Amino acid sequence: MHELSIALSIVDGVLEELDLQKLGKVEVVYVRLGRLSGVDKDALSFSYEVACEGTALVNSRLVIEEVEVAILCSACGVERRTRSFPLLACAECGAAGERVLHGEELEITAMEMVH
Amino acid sequence: MSETRIVEVRRKVLKENDLLARRLRDRFQSAGTRVISLVSSPGSGKTTLLERLLTDLRPQHCVAALVGDLATENDAARLARSGAPVKQITTGTVCHLDASMVERALDGWPVEEVDYLFIENVGNLVCPSSFDLGEDLRLVLVSTTEGEDKPLKYPTIFNTADVAVITKLDMAQAADINMDLLIQNIHGVRPGMPIFRVSARSGQGLHELEQFLTATLNKAKVAQVQ
Repeated sequence: MHELSIALSIVDGVLEELDLQKLGKVEVVYVRLGRLSGVDKDALSFSYEVACEGTALVNSRLVIEEVEVAILCSACGVERRTRSFPLLACAECGAAGERVLHGEELEITAMEMVH
Repeated sequence: MSETRIVEVRRKVLKENDLLARRLRDRFQSAGTRVISLVSSPGSGKTTLLERLLTDLRPQHCVAALVGDLATENDAARLARSGAPVKQITTGTVCHLDASMVERALDGWPVEEVDYLFIENVGNLVCPSSFDLGEDLRLVLVSTTEGEDKPLKYPTIFNTADVAVITKLDMAQAADINMDLLIQNIHGVRPGMPIFRVSARSGQGLHELEQFLTATLNKAKVAQVQ
């Protein structure tokens, strides 16, 4: 289970942003999590609470937006959804994906602050 | 009444690791050191394959290895039989290597003299996938005894690797594996992925893999010089 490492990285990242932007207290942290990121949503939620203990983020909430997989289809030449996870086959024509466009996300997108 | 406001951030969660991995990659490139990592589930044959690769490549090239495990120095001792310099990274309870562990392990090591540095990750098909170690090529191993659906169960590790190596080819018949299905599943989750089939025990397929590694990585070296 590496979700604790990921959660600790989220906490470090948010604390660094707070410091950089001279901001106050954070209520909510928003992250985007791709289905291909290899990180489990429930394990991450649980780990986040643990990772926040003893930091300025204690009692903050983590909101996880899951991102579906999208590929650049080698036949259609445009962004397409995939037919069935985890196969990287175009939902429209079934051709193989040339590369993954979405689904690998593991990023902090926003923080909700209270004054 | 308190007022809330949203501050946009857009920051990769593993930014620190990514930055460190980039620094390592720059260091390896300027030293002319090519770095290959190996990931797989425990018992797929990473150490056995690596022992052969080190032994085979050593006459012509300067090779070295870092090997990660939760505990014990057993793998380092096994790999050292090849005669190559080897360093064990024990992670304690951590289920994967990250860039900072690699950097620390390299401290005081003459990486600049090494042509090919191999990094054997902790045996785990999930956690190592997220962490860039600064490697040029990531090999994912799957053995013939593991079943054809491993790639479907663990798509991320195949997706973040560059090359798949099917190991324990000598056991294929006993394990009654459907090789075509395994290959189809690998290509299902990672279209176009180069696949090699090897037996580190019999030596079958090793030459092709070694040729591929040295040719691909030398090509990268030429491209970089130009």
